[in-house]
Amino acid sequence: MDLVFLADTFVTLLGGVPLLLQLTAISVSVGAVLAVLLALMRLSGNPLLDYPARGYVFVFRGTPLLVQIFLIYYGLGQFPEIRQSVAWPFLRQPYWCAMLALTLNTTAYATEIIRGGILSVPFGQIEAARACGMSRLLIFRRIILPQGLRTALPAYGNEIILMTRATALASVITLMEVTGIASKLVSETFRAIEVFACAGAIYLIINFLISRAIALAERRLSPQLAAPPAAPEPAR
Amino acid sequence: MKRLMTCAAGLLAAVVLAGSATAQTKDWSTIRIATEGAYKPWNFTDASGKLVGYELDLAADLCARIKAKCEISAQAFDGMIPGLNAGKFDAIMAGMNISPKRLEAINFSLPYGRTPSTWATTKDSALAKLPDADKVYSLVGGADLAAAEKAAADLKPLLKGKIIGVQTSTIQANFIEQYFKDVVEIRQYKTTEQHDLDLLAGRLDAVFASMSYLKGVTEENKEIVMAGPRFTGGILGAGVAVGLRKTDPELKEKFDAAVAAAIADGTVAKLSVKWFGFDITPKG
Repeated sequence: MDLVFLADTFVTLLGGVPLLLQLTAISVSVGAVLAVLLALMRLSGNPLLDYPARGYVFVFRGTPLLVQIFLIYYGLGQFPEIRQSVAWPFLRQPYWCAMLALTLNTTAYATEIIRGGILSVPFGQIEAARACGMSRLLIFRRIILPQGLRTALPAYGNEIILMTRATALASVITLMEVTGIASKLVSETFRAIEVFACAGAIYLIINFLISRAIALAERRLSPQLAAPPAAPEPAR
Repeated sequence: MKRLMTCAAGLLAAVVLAGSATAQTKDWSTIRIATEGAYKPWNFTDASGKLVGYELDLAADLCARIKAKCEISAQAFDGMIPGLNAGKFDAIMAGMNISPKRLEAINFSLPYGRTPSTWATTKDSALAKLPDADKVYSLVGGADLAAAEKAAADLKPLLKGKIIGVQTSTIQANFIEQYFKDVVEIRQYKTTEQHDLDLLAGRLDAVFASMSYLKGVTEENKEIVMAGPRFTGGILGAGVAVGLRKTDPELKEKFDAAVAAAIADGTVAKLSVKWFGFDITPKG
């Protein structure tokens, strides 16, 4: 094993980490907000809201992300109407195409995760809140959302990790994130094993940190698991 | 964590074993050839999904001369050299040029084609009027190299801030990196067909590719035109040849003899006229 080469490769690949983190962070954050809205549409009981949300989830969960990226990047660019539209300054850039595809994709998965979380809140609590005279909005904000999100957190953590790995697909539309740089290095050195092992190690480290952060958040949001507060010193 | 390390070690061992298992001697009655299938007219996939092109015809001819059965499959261009060395196939015929960097990793037969590389852009682009159009500069060395480098330097101010598309892991990508890295934004694509799409979509100002490839593109699509000077030799390779493992010198001998014979009896010239419209036989 050529340790100098491995170290050099690792440092070069680290150059792609900021882009990887940007793609993940922005797509997951925007996706989370959209997913809460879509989950509410799914649960609204109003077919005019429910069915569009169902259709969205069906399409974006049922097609490969790679196909979505190709459709958005190469597909949309074929239409002169789109090339002349106000969206073109964004869609012209591979960065925003990748961001759009990742966001739309994660929104579909997160919608179902959040819907599951919301459904897990026991109905008795909602009844109790109603009995206390809370408005629907207040019940949602104080009772349903906090507990639903807490229940959804482990599954959501999974989704965030999937998204960090999904950013690798952005390399197919010329973005130089970790995998993009790795393929370029392989083409320059032809040393596929070392380069891709380094790239894999970077994804492992990032996802290790993310899974720790999610575990920490889970503990912080589970007061019932925390050690009971120390008993006060008995007064003399 | 410990279990993770064990897993990783196991995986690594499997990879190493898979690599070494291919190093047995062969009688070469069957030769597995990799091509790309997306590099017209060298090799491409026709409407029915069949691999066709200059290299497919030539491969059939060379294999007949070697008296071997050839299995040709389509592979991603950027994974070809690692794939060859890992034993996934025995030879590469994918419009791949002999270049000093590739020679560090693999061997090549005698070249069976050589064409310069040049720029292409859309017909309305300002770059369509790059100077020195159709002039060929050689990067082989000496006074020629100095003239070629001056020509490249003269292009720099005209290309400043432009976005140039190249196929990843090609000699063209190396050329742009070496001479234009500081003035242009380089975008690397998996296939040349993808950079053409982005050129037409207006995401790229120009592409830099082999003239043999661009000739076909410009004939098929009148929006795309070739522009500016052409470059050949040196970093841009000594010609397209069969890529072979360094550990298979006997296979190189077979291909060398077959290519030499195909050039001598005019097969290379005939096939290249059929596919390119001009003779690409390497001379000298």
